[in-house]
Amino acid sequence: MDIRIRVGDWIENFFDWLEATLGAFFDGLADVLDAIVGAVEWVFHTPPDWAVILVVAILALLARGWKFAIGSAVGLLFIVSVNQWDNTVESLALVIVAALLAVVLAVPLGIWAARNNVVSAFVKPLMDFLQTLPAFVYLVPALALFGIGIAPGVIATLIFAMAPGVRLTELGIRGVDKEVVEAGEAFGATPRRILRQIQIPLAMPSIMAGINQIIMLALSMVVIAGLVGAGGLGQDVSQAIASLNVGLGFEAGLSVVVLAILLDRFTASFGKGMGLYAAWSKRRRAKREDDEQARIDAAQETVGGRRATGVGATA
Amino acid sequence: MNDIVLKAEGLYKVFGRGADDAVKKLRNGASRDELGGATAAVIDASFEVKKGEIFVVMGLSGSGKSTLIRMLNGLHPQTAGTVEVGGDSITGVSPAKLREIRRHRISMVFQHFALLPHRTVIDNVAYGLEIQGIDKAERLKRAAKVTEIVGLGGWEEKYPSELSGGMQQRVGLARALAADTDVLLMDEAFSALDPLIRREMQDQLLELQQELGKTIIFITHDLNEAMYIGDRIAVMRDGRIVQIGSPEDILTNPANDYVEQFVQDVDRSRVLTAESVMRKPRVTVHEGSGPRAALAAMREHEISALYVTKRDRTIVGWVRDRDVLDLVRKGEKSLTPAIQSDHGAVSKDTPLVDIFIPSLEAALALAVTDERDRLVGVVPRVTLLATLGGEPEAATSAEPVIEPLPTDVVDKVLGASSTKGDA
Repeated sequence: MDIRIRVGDWIENFFDWLEATLGAFFDGLADVLDAIVGAVEWVFHTPPDWAVILVVAILALLARGWKFAIGSAVGLLFIVSVNQWDNTVESLALVIVAALLAVVLAVPLGIWAARNNVVSAFVKPLMDFLQTLPAFVYLVPALALFGIGIAPGVIATLIFAMAPGVRLTELGIRGVDKEVVEAGEAFGATPRRILRQIQIPLAMPSIMAGINQIIMLALSMVVIAGLVGAGGLGQDVSQAIASLNVGLGFEAGLSVVVLAILLDRFTASFGKGMGLYAAWSKRRRAKREDDEQARIDAAQETVGGRRATGVGATA
Repeated sequence: MNDIVLKAEGLYKVFGRGADDAVKKLRNGASRDELGGATAAVIDASFEVKKGEIFVVMGLSGSGKSTLIRMLNGLHPQTAGTVEVGGDSITGVSPAKLREIRRHRISMVFQHFALLPHRTVIDNVAYGLEIQGIDKAERLKRAAKVTEIVGLGGWEEKYPSELSGGMQQRVGLARALAADTDVLLMDEAFSALDPLIRREMQDQLLELQQELGKTIIFITHDLNEAMYIGDRIAVMRDGRIVQIGSPEDILTNPANDYVEQFVQDVDRSRVLTAESVMRKPRVTVHEGSGPRAALAAMREHEISALYVTKRDRTIVGWVRDRDVLDLVRKGEKSLTPAIQSDHGAVSKDTPLVDIFIPSLEAALALAVTDERDRLVGVVPRVTLLATLGGEPEAATSAEPVIEPLPTDVVDKVLGASSTKGDA
């Protein structure tokens, strides 16, 4: 007895139908994605490489400090010296666009799931599915719908990278101290206001970790996307595989590593209070607080002086 | 003044499946264990809170007190029953109306402070006002004032993480006070603080309440705290309110064994007042009656001293039998020369802890007076001891102190035996 379930056929039929009915839409989407990625690439590609490296190093200094600045400059110079600059810029543009789209989809979805148990019950298995399905498998339908090029790479990447963003956003918002949320409710705040003023700010570390994960997964997927003609470092890696070119493989691979470290450290530093920028804003904040305190003190003096002094003793 | 600010009637909260069925079963007398899958957190709670009162709900963890307080502002929707705040029902109203009531009628202080960590002290205090829609300048002005009142002046621009626990809870208190609602819910507000700070906060709360006349509903698991700050206390057990009464009521007339067991560990000397332990003075004399009358009264009751009062029972002093005897011998007609004015009387609402020393210093049972200095009772030392032991009745069966033998008798016997020894 033949009990084979024709899952493959059903899925194929589904995608055939999708292409037949929405083909024009996917073609249009592909053009838009091509254009966006092209624009981002242009930004990095137009100036000479040394200028881009300088700007990145300065940003690194602001974000994390001088060690990271030197590290990133050295890393990028290495990429230039192994002649992978063009590929790296292409990959970077793809990662930026795919990760941005993934964040735009994942964070609101995570928030929705955190506030609605039914949504959560649907989203959880879906995310399990997206995260565990072998990455190559995404590429097949993406190719079928968008044809060879950058667009299938972006789509496959954003679907693959979304999951941790959704999960960590939901986790972060659900993990916000229940009492603080209750405080918002007890004072009569609307759910929207509680989300904006309490839940999102307090879940920020977790959401940022999710965004960091999105970017890292996007980078790993971008290399795989090289197989479908998305260009960039992935293209050289797949070429190296095809021609057993160990040297080329390593040059492209090491460039991926440099790019990965750069992206990870940059995104991990947001809101951690490191680097020059954090030092500046800290000083500015302290000054503003002092001014504000002085103003309040002055106002109180005129009202009739302090009532209780030496409260600090209770600390 | 007998305004009811908050009224809860027949409140039930059942978690789990079949909640409504469970309420029916409970109403028909089922116990908490017979409900199958449902868990009853609060069962048939009814009480009224008067304006300006501190109403304490006391119970151990799991007794349902936290659930109960959250039903009073609708954080937990009730399964059955009604809650009215200032005449408006908060049960069965739209979310918008409920928010309106929360903004203007009832605010809350939380056990773990629940401050917004990313906002400064002043912005936290102003939070309720911000939600009320008051413009920035005005709300900061009001918040600054309240911050000052709770004693956090100078800390306005700090963040909660820079403050100690006690100070953080002052911020929580200030936030609730700033919202300027009539009713303040305090959910184990001081339980997370260490004992010294807790005492300080309790004192401050009492002070603030005197000053601002807020109606406060205070949840605690600490009976001493309940007794110290509560005007009235509701004791909860397994979801039910088992007794509502003043601290003294609960201490002296526990409704059942559970409450009785519970109050065993209470520091009675701080809760009970002179009024609650005093006895009727056995006999007093008016200052107008002569030495003879006084002496006769002392002889009749076999006592050696008594208190002297005016006609309206205002305490004047006390007299000793020897001094009165002298007056009678001299033929004096007035008692006045024998009266000693250092009577050391205490007012009737003095806690027991503060009458030990006066009681030692008084020559006879300590006099207790009302607000107009009238003698209303006396506290004999035996009564004081018996009350602290938890059995005030024991005072009546107290053994009299055994008088030593007169010295000359003992001397005689000792002298006789020593001469015998010498012989």
